[in-house]
Order: sequence, then C-alpha cells, then structure tokens
Amino acid sequence: MPDTYQPRILAFFCNWCTYTAADLAGVSRMKYAPTTRVVRVMCSGRIDPQFILSAFAKGADGVLIGGCHPGDCHYLEGNVKCLRRFRILQRMLVDLGIEPERIRLEWISASEGGKLKEVINAMSADLVRLGPLNLPDALRSFDAEVLKEETEAEVQELVTIP
Amino acid sequence: MVSDNSHNPAEEVRIGFFICHCGVNIASKIDVAEVAKFAETLPGVVVSRDYKYMCSDAGQDLIVEDIKNFRLNRIVVAACSPFLHEKTFRTATQRGGINPFLCHMVNIREHGSWVAEDRVTATEKAKAMAQGGVGRVRRHVALEKRREPVLQSVLVVGGGIAGIQAALTLANAGKHVYLVEREPTIGGHMAQFDKTFPTLDCAACILTPKMSEVGSHPNITLWAYSEVIHSEGYVGNYKVKVRRKARYINEDECTGCMECVEHCSFKTGVVDDEFNVGLVKRKPVYMSFPQAVPKIVVIDPLTCAKLSGGKCEESCIPACDRQALDFTQTERVEEIEVGAIIVATGFKTFDAKRKPYYGYGDFPNVYTSLEIERMVTSSGPTEGEVVCRDGRVPKSVGIVHCVGSRDHQTNRWCSRVCCMASLKLAYLLKEHTGAEIYNFYIDMRTPGKGYEEFYERLLEEGNHFIRGRVAEVTDFAMRPEEENHLIIQVEDTLSGYVRRVPVDMVVLAVGIEPQADASVVRRLFNISCSDEGFFLERHPKLAPVSTATEGVYLAGCCQGPRDIPDTVAQAGAAAAEALALLDPGFVEMEPMTAYVENELCSGCKTCQTMCPYGAISNDAERKIAVINPMLCKGCGTCVASCPSGAIHQNLFDDQELFDEIQEVLAHA
Repeated sequence: MPDTYQPRILAFFCNWCTYTAADLAGVSRMKYAPTTRVVRVMCSGRIDPQFILSAFAKGADGVLIGGCHPGDCHYLEGNVKCLRRFRILQRMLVDLGIEPERIRLEWISASEGGKLKEVINAMSADLVRLGPLNLPDALRSFDAEVLKEETEAEVQELVTIP
Repeated sequence: MVSDNSHNPAEEVRIGFFICHCGVNIASKIDVAEVAKFAETLPGVVVSRDYKYMCSDAGQDLIVEDIKNFRLNRIVVAACSPFLHEKTFRTATQRGGINPFLCHMVNIREHGSWVAEDRVTATEKAKAMAQGGVGRVRRHVALEKRREPVLQSVLVVGGGIAGIQAALTLANAGKHVYLVEREPTIGGHMAQFDKTFPTLDCAACILTPKMSEVGSHPNITLWAYSEVIHSEGYVGNYKVKVRRKARYINEDECTGCMECVEHCSFKTGVVDDEFNVGLVKRKPVYMSFPQAVPKIVVIDPLTCAKLSGGKCEESCIPACDRQALDFTQTERVEEIEVGAIIVATGFKTFDAKRKPYYGYGDFPNVYTSLEIERMVTSSGPTEGEVVCRDGRVPKSVGIVHCVGSRDHQTNRWCSRVCCMASLKLAYLLKEHTGAEIYNFYIDMRTPGKGYEEFYERLLEEGNHFIRGRVAEVTDFAMRPEEENHLIIQVEDTLSGYVRRVPVDMVVLAVGIEPQADASVVRRLFNISCSDEGFFLERHPKLAPVSTATEGVYLAGCCQGPRDIPDTVAQAGAAAAEALALLDPGFVEMEPMTAYVENELCSGCKTCQTMCPYGAISNDAERKIAVINPMLCKGCGTCVASCPSGAIHQNLFDDQELFDEIQEVLAHA
C-alpha cells in the first residue's frame, strides 16, 4: 500500500448510463484514482437513501451516485426520483456534520467515459483534502451527545443498521 | 420470480470464486493469484481459482466441474464487464447443474486493471470488489426467466436506403413491416445522388427498383409523409403511434399523373424545392421526383393559395379526372403493435454557412456537394448541365474537402464518405464541363473495395490534388488572372507554399452529422447517443446494430457516417437481428422485476406514484399493492420508495445490496 491516504468512495452506478460509461473509461484505458467501489443498480431511482447512510456507516469516505442525464433515463424518470431523494438526504447529512463534498450526484451518460474519470479524480482529491470521515466514530460521539442515557450497546446497534 | 424448486435457503452456502487473468489484460495490473488466495479466506468460499481465460471452454469447464466436485451453490467470477460475459458464466453455472442466477460477476477489468496505474492499489481494489461480490452472492436465490410472446411485425423508421433494405429483407422473410418515412417519398439521400462511387452506377437505376418493390410488397405497409410520435412497451411488444400528415390527396385515387401540378394556379414554382436542395422552386402541389414512391402528389398547406386562406382559381380540382384532391383531409394518428423496431433515420449534411470564410451564401458560385450532385443529374433542375449561378460554364472548379469535418471548431469526426464523393464529383464535373479540377484535401481517405483504385484513376486523368486545409474562399483579386474568379487560399503542406488558386466554381464537400431532431427520436425509442450525437450501438464489435433497449436496432448513418455499401450491409444485419428476435415466437425476459411481500404492505400507495409504467395497482379488497410482472421493467424505483420495505427486486434486493455495500467496504 502506498503511504498516501486513499479515500474510499462507494459508487452507485446505474446500469445503462454511468456503469456503461465506467466500462467505456476502462476500454479507453483512462487512468483514474483507485478509490471507487462500484455497486451496480439498474436505475439510480433504485438507490434507497438507506444505502447511502449504510455506506457511510460501514466506512465509506464518500458516496458517488451516477445516473443518466435528465430526460435520458432508461426508465423514463428514475433519475429524477433519485435527485429528489438526494437533495433531501444531502441536506440532512450536512446537518449531521458531513461535508457536502462527501456525497455527490452526477449525470454521466454512456458515452461520457472522460467525464467519469474527471468526476472520480475530482471527488478523490476533495476527499483527500477532507481526510477520512470515520463515521462509525463520529456517529458514536453524536449519539453520545444526543442520547446520553442510551447504553453503548444500543448505540452500537444504531451504527450497524441494517 | 422465485421458483419453488429453487435452492433451499437453509442449505449451507458453498461459494466458488474464479478470477480471470484475461491474458495480461487483468494480470498485468492485478495480482490475480493473491486475490484468489484472499478470496479463499472469505466466509462461504469453498474453492478459489485463477485461470488464464475464464471465458474459454476450458475456463467454463472449470466452473462446471467445480460445481459438481465441491457441491458449489454460488459462483463469483471476477473478470470483465457483465455486459460482455454475464451470459457466458450464467450458462456455465447452469451447465454445472445449478440455477444461472446464483452466479455473480465482478468487473475487475473495465473498472479495475484497465483504469489502474499502480499494481498494489489495483490489487487491493480488486480484493475489495471480490469481497463485495462474495458478500452479495450469498443472498442470491434461484430465479426463472419469464417467456413472453413476440409480435410478428417490425417497424422501420426512415425510408432511405437503410430503411428500404431492412424492410425488404424482413418482408421477404415473411414478416409484416411498417415503413414510416417523414418525407412525401422514400429514397432518402440516395435518391438525390446522380452516380455512386466507385463504380459510377447510376444511383436511381439501383435504387428505384428497390423503392417500387417496397411500394408493391404485400408484406410492407408504407406510410410516407408520416412520423412516429409515441412508442411504449417492451421487447417483442411495442405499441407505436404514427402521425400521418394530411397530403390533401386521396391516396387511393391519385395515380401520380401530375395534371394537378400542371394546372396549379401558380404557373411557376413559388417555394424552394427541398428535393433539389433549393436550386429551383416548386409549386405548392408537387411530387418530389418522378420516380417517387408512393407515386402520389402532396399539397403543401403553407404555400397553397386555397389552404393558406388566399384567393385561388382552384384549377387543380377539375384537372384531376379521378377527383383525388381533398382539401378537407386532416392528419390521422395510426396505432400499431410491433415486435421490433429498426431505427434508420439517416443524417443531415453540415450547414456550410457555419464556415463563413468559405463564402457559402455570399458568393453565388460556391456550392455544396449535394447541390452539385443534383446539378449533374440528368433528371435534376438543370437536366445535367453544369452552369454557375451567373450563367457561366465553369472552366475551373475547386473542391474543398472536410467542410465541417475533422475540425475541432465544428465536427471532430471524419465523415468517411466525402473523399470518395468528392472524387466522384470531380470525375463527373470534368466529364460534364471539361474543367480543370482542383481537390483541396487534408488526407485522402479511400478505404474500400475499388476506392483507392478510383483515386489513382483520377490522379492519372490529370485532376489536381493540393494537400492542405483551405483557409479562405474570396473574390478579392490580387493579380490580374484572379479578376472575376473566386480565389481559394490554402497552405500547400506538401510544397510548403501558400497558394492562391483562382476558380470559377467552388464545391464544399460538406460532412455528415446527426439529424437535427436526433435527440427527440432517441428519447422516443429510449436509446442513447454517443458524444457526437449519433445513436449508440450496444457494443461496437459484439452488438453493432443493437441498442441498449432490447428489440430496437440501428441501421445506416443515424449510427455514424458510412457509405452506401456499408449501410446496406448494416441494414441487412439489423433485419437479421430483428428476425432472430421474432422467429422463435417468444422472448425470455430478465427476471429482475419487483414483487410485493403482501404481509408487509400497508397499502399506502406510495409505490404507485413512482412506477413510470403503471405496473403497480391497488388491490382494494386486500388493501395492498400488486405488481404486474408483465409491465414491470425492473428499475427498482418503487423498491427504494416503499416505507415498509415490502417491495423486493429480484437480483437487486435490499439485503443483497446492503451486504454488497458492507462487504465491498470491509476490505481496507
């Protein structure tokens, strides 16, 4: 392992646009930061906000969502549903003290391998600058503050959902 | 759907992990042996192997044998993109005796080795990805593909040579074809050409028999002057709405005798003739060209004196002895159902006005290649006579290649056909006028059967070739011999001189670009575009005429610039793909649909508003949501929206994804 800090980005890519763009970036041998862990979903509309919370809770430093451009969704408008959820969730996460750079939604079409590379590199650079999130610990102190009477065991349960 | 005879969830999970070297494609950046060793330590993994080419027969047999020998009930293959080999490995899994959906692919090539710079981090990333795959596959259950009937008809959109060829191939195979063309006649760009390169066949002589065959074929319903306005459904079962614009002519009565055109109150043309790219004017009632199919006139309501509300003698009405004129006609919308769709919507040529320094529109003797194409045609506006707009017969002609193409300011791509088309026009212009012909080119691109030989022939016949991108076309004379000429200024990159070549006529070889409304058509059929706006094929080599939408195929220049031989070949391929879809009579649907766990559903109806396909209804009696698997396309938006967690999606269920998230992040 290199001694430089490598953030971990959980990337939810929709099957038709961004996952295909990532394939294209590969086929075109574009080099980008080895920070992403891609989870494929059929549509960005499939992304349950809980997935994003879970990713942070399990140690992701950032979450990247890639979907089709508005109007281009393979399922007509799943990406718009995703956008709505994303906006609310991002606001919540910022209130919780998570920097807005750590959660990013990008429209990347199947032909935009170059954009995919740019986005991943830019986000990786942002996360390197911010440093590790370490949410499991952060949540623990947050919970301790808000719910002083909660036992450590219960906090642990919150951290690990689901 | 979860089948009853599937794998028993209580049974012990026994995972086989297989990682592919892909020659050196993966192995050069990822230590596959180390990843295999790592995977062996993951819970549930019984056997872990690496192999040179997993997709080879020997590689697949490895999976088949291991399933039997180690009683495996889950398979993870870390290799290339699932778009390439998911089917291969699912089939191998099935050959091993277990359900194909118990296999999962991890994409360590496109998303791993090919984008990696450093072997150590790439190997660690591959381990994390492997762990994610192993984590998720534990939750996989056996699934069955659903079979749906396929309608035995095909919609072909666009009646150029691509659409014509595809329609005829399908119709000759006994399938019913609806051919929809926006213009009043089929034929497309090819009908406008005089000759075709490199054989100099007369374009009309080879095209018009095919056009008439389309017009009279019992298996083809031809709707010209019509546009597709709506499309819905799924592979094998598309519902399409076609708007048939009003021709103001009773199509069954019109024989194409043109008497009405003759007797129109306008004695001469009043509006630019689209077919002749504005070189002449046409009347409001017209037929694009004499061999039009269908051979029916059309009335343009915007210029017709009667239809646009002006005063008119209406002399066309009595001129028609079959009383075919019908000024009360309105547009109709036809609804059809088809099993497959072939999109062959063609291209448009680059607008030469976007290159103002070439003087198109400013200097009357600057033409586009398509205008010259019409001019040299014996059935064209000048009956084959080449005369400049000022009435002179040109003694010298300059042909400027790559207008709009290979240019970072306009279109970056090579339009592929312009070099050969320019050579053809050079030949024809010389033949018609005996003029000196100067070709200004960046590179000559003549790959094709007999193409290079044609180029050589033109070189031998004394045509001039000057290598360099033309800087400017001007009428500003600097020397006496330049007076009354257009001067083409160019840096001759072979001799290193800046040349000024005086000519009488300039021809701009305009490039090929996507249709102006390509993005509308794209959304209509739910297909993607590549960067430049041409429709995107599913895979450039493995599925060059398919799209990401099953049952929608591409033919011709709508997918990218190509010449007529390539277009015809591609149209045949698209027809063959459509036949392969139609012929079995059924199609197997991916099982990744959503279903409701009735006990958990509270009947809140949130999901109903999410579904773009109206697949979710409400069972009023049981107060629960019901998903129609026939309509569900498996996007999973309803699953994410269900507040009770009552909706599940096959292959992408919550628990599968939660486990994948957890495991993919577990490796540091």
